[in-house]
Amino acid sequence: MVNKWIKRIYTAMMFIFLYAPIAVLIVFSFNDSKSTAKWEGFTFEWYQALFDNSYIMKSLYYTILVALVSAALATLIGTFAAFGIYYMKVWKQKLVLNVNSIPMLNPDIVTGVSLMTLFVAMNIQLGLMTMIIAHVTFNIPYVVLSVLPKFRQMPGELMEAALDLGATPWYAFKKVILPEIKPGIITGALIAFTLSIDDFVISFFTTGSGVSNLSIAIYSMARRGIKPEINALSTLMFGSVLVLLLIINKRTKIEDI
Amino acid sequence: MKKLILLALAMMLLVTGCAGEEKGQVLNVYNWGDYIDEDIFEIFESETGIKINYETYATNEEMYTKIKTGGTKYDIAIPSEYMIEKMIREEMLQEIDLSKIPNIKNINDRFMDLSFDPGNQYSVPYFWGTVGIIYNSESIQEPIDSWSVLWDEKYKGEFTMMDSQRDSIMVALKELGYSMNTRNLDELEEAKELLVAQKPLVLAYVGDNVKDMLISGEASMAVVWSGEASAVIQEYPEFKYALPKEGSNLWFDNIVIPKDAQNSDAAHAFIDFLCRGDIGFKNADYVGYATVNNETMKLLDPDLMDTTYAYPKDEWIENFEIFNDPGDFITEYDRIWTEIKAN
Amino acid sequence: MLKKIASGPYLVWILLFILIPILMIAFFGMVRIDPETGNYFFTSDNFKRVFEGVYLSVWTRSIFIALKATFICLVLGYPMAMILSRMDVKYRTIAVMLFVVPMWMNFLLRTYAWMTILGKNGVLNKILTFFGLPQMTFLYSEGAVLLGMVYNFLPFMVLPIYTVLSKMDNGLIEAAEDLGANKFNSFRKVILPLSIPGIVSGISMVFMPAVSTFVISNLLYGGQYMLIGNLIEQQFLVVNDWHFGSAISIILMIIILLTMAIMNHLSGNDPEDGGANLW
Repeated sequence: MVNKWIKRIYTAMMFIFLYAPIAVLIVFSFNDSKSTAKWEGFTFEWYQALFDNSYIMKSLYYTILVALVSAALATLIGTFAAFGIYYMKVWKQKLVLNVNSIPMLNPDIVTGVSLMTLFVAMNIQLGLMTMIIAHVTFNIPYVVLSVLPKFRQMPGELMEAALDLGATPWYAFKKVILPEIKPGIITGALIAFTLSIDDFVISFFTTGSGVSNLSIAIYSMARRGIKPEINALSTLMFGSVLVLLLIINKRTKIEDI
Repeated sequence: MKKLILLALAMMLLVTGCAGEEKGQVLNVYNWGDYIDEDIFEIFESETGIKINYETYATNEEMYTKIKTGGTKYDIAIPSEYMIEKMIREEMLQEIDLSKIPNIKNINDRFMDLSFDPGNQYSVPYFWGTVGIIYNSESIQEPIDSWSVLWDEKYKGEFTMMDSQRDSIMVALKELGYSMNTRNLDELEEAKELLVAQKPLVLAYVGDNVKDMLISGEASMAVVWSGEASAVIQEYPEFKYALPKEGSNLWFDNIVIPKDAQNSDAAHAFIDFLCRGDIGFKNADYVGYATVNNETMKLLDPDLMDTTYAYPKDEWIENFEIFNDPGDFITEYDRIWTEIKAN
Repeated sequence: MLKKIASGPYLVWILLFILIPILMIAFFGMVRIDPETGNYFFTSDNFKRVFEGVYLSVWTRSIFIALKATFICLVLGYPMAMILSRMDVKYRTIAVMLFVVPMWMNFLLRTYAWMTILGKNGVLNKILTFFGLPQMTFLYSEGAVLLGMVYNFLPFMVLPIYTVLSKMDNGLIEAAEDLGANKFNSFRKVILPLSIPGIVSGISMVFMPAVSTFVISNLLYGGQYMLIGNLIEQQFLVVNDWHFGSAISIILMIIILLTMAIMNHLSGNDPEDGGANLW
């Protein structure tokens, strides 16, 4: 019995630790004062300020744009890559997968500075394009690794069977293989999208020309101290994460039934 | 799959579309954080139709690295004197055609033709000022007039230093009684030891967040550029700005056009715009720094004259020095600074 | 035919944007530019400097604080993972999900949140004053950085351990207890050894970002606390010594890849799966 209570208290303390900072941000996003020193009444002023802040709004636009484009590209390249890798000779497969895992294992900062070095040495102007390339680069490995297992789970020589029956390779890929690997593609695309939305370090080193994503915007504002607009932004982001999770939760439940 | 490809294509179009949309006239401005009234961008855009793409940096060194790297091509930057000297030496700047800047006549002669850029071939004055100590006179009662308070145990955790290599090393060199342009390695090493010894007392090394830290009470004393002090003091008169008796840095920030600027004409137009009296006033009023512009001067609040933080009397800053470019010796400054921060 | 060309774009991509960039910084780390002629010359100075005096102390500082953070995450996270894995299925999904939600918030916002709490006029000091206690400096201290790391990376420790524990056959534990093992012994002899793969992947997932971060130290310890990440950032963005910066990056990369390889070996993971088991 005592044991049970210890567990409950421990769990409660953990959740307090995890949520207290977020709760503080949410509460102070409605505070009618610039400081977090004391509560001075309720206001929506900071939400207004947030939407009026063109820097944050532009960063939000770039964040979503980069996430969509890089996730789509990474999924496309990664899916075909998994298809190719699946049919490779074993030693080749091992080699490719080892290279594939480099961006996942390497510290972000090393990936970031190495890409920046490449772009600068090639005299490519840093900006939206370089940021998208960087995002595709760190997204592809995850797509490959979520699609590849689906090929491995595929029953036998499906592709061969289809080809024997007279299908063109492209037709066989589309009608036979694609449905089998679809769940892997979707997972891969989702992972890529989330990683891209959340990235700071690699974007920080590979962007320029006034293009910044939300993480960079938050970083440069946070370095200058407490900004109530960021509190408002946190509240909105936390809200959308919750809504997203509820939707996913509901969907999986329906699928369970 | 087809949908995915279509989606990817649509995205690509979107991206290139956006790039195209900004193709009009764009001016890439690279400036210190909080060092311009961003409202004047709109005025400039409505008058000329040129869109401004604005980015900021925290130190001269950061700006230099970014431009040297060439990742982004900027049309305007605003370095300090020693950095301008270095950039001229390394042929990183475009010559400025003063005939395209009629408003240059507004600039006070005192700021023209200075030693780092004779004849203003490469730069046009923007603001000037000093480095000093701002302190909250409510929490710090004793009058401050010397750098040595920054080594006083009783202010442990109360003050911030600058996250800027030349300025922070300058403080130590001046405290030691040396020139802040020293090329003597022993003096530099001594300054390093002093700054390393100071580290446990320092709350943080900060950039342009220093104003917020002072106002919110996070710090009660800070080494700052005069304009930051001015901006704080005009709103919170309990703050005071001291010009240390050991001497300090007298600096000039000028506007330059980097060599690889894409839009030199627009850059000239923008410089001319900044030299206008009314724009200079809006700007000076916002950033708090001391103007170089005679026309702006006429519009300013006379209370600002003879204050430590805005327009100090000449005799107060007699022993102040101006930074010069140490040439290749800068690698020693770089090394010393990295070692201070790494310690 | 399709099988052969399908991976073409991908191979080109990883060659261009993964292999070549790394080879480039490896090259930059091995050379310097002769100021007279402007030509590259090979030298080991950059790599030697990485292990000299003050930089060596940056390494030890980074590694120590990352180890501390990893240790705290393990001590706090293991019991949490156990509790989660033993929960009634009814609550378990929701509890695990609640544990993941903060992770979905932007990493910078999570770090920023602590700035509002730990500041001199922050929430924590307000609570202290409320109880009549003296104010303290929390922000801009090593403790703040450590706290930031633990807060950000704790879920990375809990989740892999939880995954392993929840897959564990309860019959095993029951069998051990039937055979007379007490709770402590069944934990020591059965549960702990079986959860090693989870612990190992948790440790590497916390240690790696902790040792290379520059954001947490910059935001929570205002610029005078230098970790390896900050040193690299400074070399590339402020000091403009890309050769030294590259050398540090390469060493950091080697350290991380070696630790990963050792860790993978320890837990008996197939290295081919790479990070796939993280998801």
